[in-house]
Amino acid sequence: MSAAAPSAEAGGGVRTAAEQGVWDLLSGVPDPEIPVLSIVDLGIVRYVRSGPDRRLHIGITPTYSGCPATEAIRAATRAALDAAGYREACLEEVLSPPWTSDWVTPAGRAKLAAFGIAPPPSAADAGRRASAPVGCPRCGSLATERISEFGSTPCKAHYRCNSCHEPFDHFKCI
Amino acid sequence: MSAPAAAPAGTLPEALFCYVLRLGDTSLVLGQRLGEWIGHAPALEEDLALANLALDLIGQARLLLSYAGEIEAKGRDEDALAYLRDAPEFVNLTLAEQPNGDFAHTIVRQWLIDAWQLEIYAGLAASADTRLAAIAAKALKETRYHYRFSSGWLVRLGDGTAESQARTQQAVGSLWRFTGELFASDEIDERVAAAGLAPRLAAAADRWGARVEEDLRQATLVRPERQPYPWHGKRGVHTEHLGHLLGEMQHLQRSYPGAGW
Repeated sequence: MSAAAPSAEAGGGVRTAAEQGVWDLLSGVPDPEIPVLSIVDLGIVRYVRSGPDRRLHIGITPTYSGCPATEAIRAATRAALDAAGYREACLEEVLSPPWTSDWVTPAGRAKLAAFGIAPPPSAADAGRRASAPVGCPRCGSLATERISEFGSTPCKAHYRCNSCHEPFDHFKCI
Repeated sequence: MSAPAAAPAGTLPEALFCYVLRLGDTSLVLGQRLGEWIGHAPALEEDLALANLALDLIGQARLLLSYAGEIEAKGRDEDALAYLRDAPEFVNLTLAEQPNGDFAHTIVRQWLIDAWQLEIYAGLAASADTRLAAIAAKALKETRYHYRFSSGWLVRLGDGTAESQARTQQAVGSLWRFTGELFASDEIDERVAAAGLAPRLAAAADRWGARVEEDLRQATLVRPERQPYPWHGKRGVHTEHLGHLLGEMQHLQRSYPGAGW
């Protein structure tokens, strides 16, 4: 329920040329831990808008409270904005509503799968995600089992495929 | 150098400062304890799991302590609050500072606090304080994930082998005496609850009790009798374990003040 409105805010609406320019720029800022994903793919850029102060305001939400990538992302975003001439742009941390894996974009899900990480179920499937089987990103088999609810980064869990016998990461659903 | 909590609730911002500090200290101390497992857990998966829990908890502590520092408005940031206070100034729940013990002890401690945080964060998500509500809504999602892990292990260990059941029952028995503090409401809690900033503890205690009871039943473990509670971490009165934990956690900043990355 809370997923729809902010996603519309992030993706929809009429954008000015300057706002679109920043969206395009941020689409090139990689997540430091899963570099195939940009921060836009990850769904953590909540808004780009012109404020009454005539400056651009960019809202970024952290994935997990303690994710060490958060500070690296902030620094990389700031550097990208500065390099592109947006020195006046304000970078703002947005805590509410909290990030959910439902906000990973369809393009982001496809990139995750191609990278070998089973993506979270789409927002449409979120209602039954607790019981939804996780497909193996290598062979597509649904005969998989969870080894651990936690993995190498805060956003991933550890799985094994019982068809091709390869271990793989699954992007956690929160 | 008296504990901030020892003072009467004072003004509402003073009470809120102490309330947020208690939440932040509890997350920080528990996160530091879990970090002690890194490289020592029974299996690689559990090592990663405990490190991930620690990371989330320390992340929550950063948000809470930063906010506490802003409420206090005396120039203390998250680092000053974490590294430059002594044990009597920490106001975490006494349960959070208890040593790791064996894996069963760590799981039981985690499960008890996860179930507590579920109630507190759910209540705080509706706080009239929007900053606190935002932190709580975020932490609640992480806590649900933590609880699934800790309650799952409680059941596996309790309803496992004779050895794992005996050790888990022993852990429940030895940690139970600290649970009296979880929902014991004092003037700070009442002040912030009356202002609509935090949930009332009595109703939360009932839900926590029902949840814990059901988990214990599934784990084939016995709920101990209610026990007298002699320490008050929330008021700065701690067991001897906290000082040792802080000695390790604060060593670098105490020895090299202002050291940065």
